[in-house]
Amino acid sequence: MTQHKNAQPLSLRVPEPSGRPGDTPDFSHLKLDAPGAVDRPPVGSTPYDMRDHAFRLIRVLDDAGVAVGPWNPRLDAETLRKGLKAMILTRAFDDRMHRAHRQGKTSFYMKCTGEEAIAVAQGMILSREDMGFPTYRQQGLLIARGYPLVDMMNQIYSNAEDPIKGRQLPIMYSSRDYGFFTISGNLGTQVPQAVGWAMASAYKGDDKIAISWIGDGATAEGDFHNALTFASVYRAPVILNIVNNQWAISSFQGIAGGLETTFASKAIGYGLPALRVDGNDFLAVWAATQWAEERARSNQGATVIELFTYRGAPHSTSDDPSRYRPGDEHEKWPLGDPIARLKQHLIALGEWSDEQHSEAEAEAVAQVRAAGKESEAIGTLGQSRPSVKTMFEEVFATEDWRLIEQRREVGV
Amino acid sequence: MTEQTFTESDRTDGIEPDMVTADHAPPSEAPTSGTQPMNMIQALNSALHVKMAEDPNVLSFGEDAGFFGGVFRVTDQLQQKHGLTRSFDAPISECGIVAAAIGMGAYGLRPVVEIQFADYIYPAYDQIVSEAAKLRYRSAGMFTAPITVRSPYGGGIFGGQTHSQSPESLFTHIAGLKVVIPSNPYDAKGLLTAAIEDDDPVIFFEPKRLYNGPFDGWHKNPVSPWKTQDLAQVPTGKYTLPIGKARIMREGSDVTILCYGTMVWVSLAGAEHAGVDAEVIDLRTLVPLDIETIEASVKKTGRCVIVHEAPKTSGFGGELSALVQERCFYHLEAPIARVTGWDTPYPHAFEWEYFPGPERVAEALKSVMTGGR
Ligand SMILES: Cc1ncc(C[n+]2csc(CCOP(=O)(O)OP(=O)(O)O)c2C)c(N)n1
Repeated sequence: MTQHKNAQPLSLRVPEPSGRPGDTPDFSHLKLDAPGAVDRPPVGSTPYDMRDHAFRLIRVLDDAGVAVGPWNPRLDAETLRKGLKAMILTRAFDDRMHRAHRQGKTSFYMKCTGEEAIAVAQGMILSREDMGFPTYRQQGLLIARGYPLVDMMNQIYSNAEDPIKGRQLPIMYSSRDYGFFTISGNLGTQVPQAVGWAMASAYKGDDKIAISWIGDGATAEGDFHNALTFASVYRAPVILNIVNNQWAISSFQGIAGGLETTFASKAIGYGLPALRVDGNDFLAVWAATQWAEERARSNQGATVIELFTYRGAPHSTSDDPSRYRPGDEHEKWPLGDPIARLKQHLIALGEWSDEQHSEAEAEAVAQVRAAGKESEAIGTLGQSRPSVKTMFEEVFATEDWRLIEQRREVGV
Repeated sequence: MTEQTFTESDRTDGIEPDMVTADHAPPSEAPTSGTQPMNMIQALNSALHVKMAEDPNVLSFGEDAGFFGGVFRVTDQLQQKHGLTRSFDAPISECGIVAAAIGMGAYGLRPVVEIQFADYIYPAYDQIVSEAAKLRYRSAGMFTAPITVRSPYGGGIFGGQTHSQSPESLFTHIAGLKVVIPSNPYDAKGLLTAAIEDDDPVIFFEPKRLYNGPFDGWHKNPVSPWKTQDLAQVPTGKYTLPIGKARIMREGSDVTILCYGTMVWVSLAGAEHAGVDAEVIDLRTLVPLDIETIEASVKKTGRCVIVHEAPKTSGFGGELSALVQERCFYHLEAPIARVTGWDTPYPHAFEWEYFPGPERVAEALKSVMTGGR
């Protein structure tokens, strides 16, 4: 038998991020296209002809807050202000709920700090008839659509008015009327479901489309890849977002396979078009989503969008990011803060001012506080809750004898 | 060829299509009323044809389930008759198949998906137990998954480990799933139709050993064709059987046998072999379970034998045994006996040692008959 000898012994590579606690943040490895530099292919382009877009970065807002290049969606000032206000409100809501956790009013919370532009812009573009299959970081979708904050809080507090009867972790909302599919705690499961939903719309000859979100970390789940296969094979009218916020709890995006290639490029092997977008640029997110929407609505199938962003806050209230990444990494994120950038843009347009911004922030805080009062009057976690009887409801469309017997055993 | 036996030459992954012989092909143009003799494949196929003709929201897909009609031909001619978008081939992605069905169900469709063998349901397990089963509950009724997951299951076909398993208890344990297992053509059609119409996710296991005919468990006996069975007289039109209602296959006074799927026929043979006047109850549905029929029968006979193919430990027999003990303890004249598969992976070469046969059923019957006070 032949002996196979290497010049050197084999060695195992485990990817490591560019910085750990104590290190200076280093983003020098990022290749960021200049704003306006990436062309806008026709919506009907073949995935083959636009392979580059899976590796470039679509940006619209430049450093001075001016919208440049072919992806400028040319939004009117009213829409821009509406988006900005929804982002401000989302951040204010996050801050209050995070504090509520610290005060022992709820068991858990997850912020989307730094990622507000994504859910807000996309929630504004698509209609409520279209179905969103979100993760726990798209609260901006409900907020942008005017879902009552008090209902969100009631869910977070699992109180007597919790619209989903105390059955889910805080933040795992569900609202059919607002195009918000019930969130699963199992990562990735919603993506192939979104594809199925979109297939159903196409099967019925309807005009609704689906949109899903998944984190960079969860793209390693099989569900994600199954979804791409189905979306491609059946040309489902769906927008498949990957929110690359650099971190999956303590694992950097390289652990999910983001070191050798981009997440957007995963679409290429499935024959799907991919766009890689600055997720902190409200206008770029808007424009890319519109591109994908048009493609889906004109029966040309799915688009994969990687939204390149940074998770500014801890993963959740149970997480301390200073233990695995440089403490000030978020502040050094080269693509800035989505709220600050849209603010700058509106000011550059002469459609906004620092005073208006401060007012909007104060208004958002007041709005959140008012909703908080209302919700806390109903009760925070453990102070009030839905009737225990409801625990046995909706397991099936109709209760069977086991559930009736077990409910009686509990005495309700 | 009217009878189907399984021989050495069948022991390959390629056995499946051959299981259907020419004269078992689905009826071509079924009349809209009246009955017709059907095997279980034809009955299931008829259920799908009838439902799809009636309701445009019903569609069917799975691996090889479109053009070819499935390796067992249960979905035969659906595509040709109802169109490409109603019945189609799916990628080899059980997780994707079930997940897509869930999304479709949430949209308002009634997808019926085929998992080619129950042994391949595990890649879809998370979507079934964490998603389909829980949507209604976790969304307080806002979203539901009225899907049917069909899958041939069970042993006795020399399928080796990966074409023989009986994973029903993995699903009966999950809140929010219904589990249905027919044992004959008539029930198969009525129950599948009901499953499709059910507003909850239904796991529908088809005992593939019974596709072509009843099987008494004596391995030297061939599968007898359905032809001579009343239960093979299947209405060609639409009918449903209630999910959650057991069928008393044989009335008796000595002992109650609880069984389902292939084991219904094995149990009937075992009772005859033992010469015991057994009441044989085909559960038909494991969730929801027809506890009334079980309770009434065991209280009448005072004895209970449970028969299933799945391994013994944590099998559904454990649940049945506990229920009978809880409800009928003072009526029992002997300990409850279980006849089950062994706690080993399904062994190819030892199929007939593994597969619960009528001798083991007869032994259990005799032991409960003499184990009394
Ligand atoms: C199937 C599954 N495995 C593990 C977890 C635990 N978990 C929750 S969030 C998370 C990290 C997800 O990271 P990513 O997908 O990048 O999304 P992000 O939180 O950054 O938005 C993990 C591992 C889970 N919820 N589900």
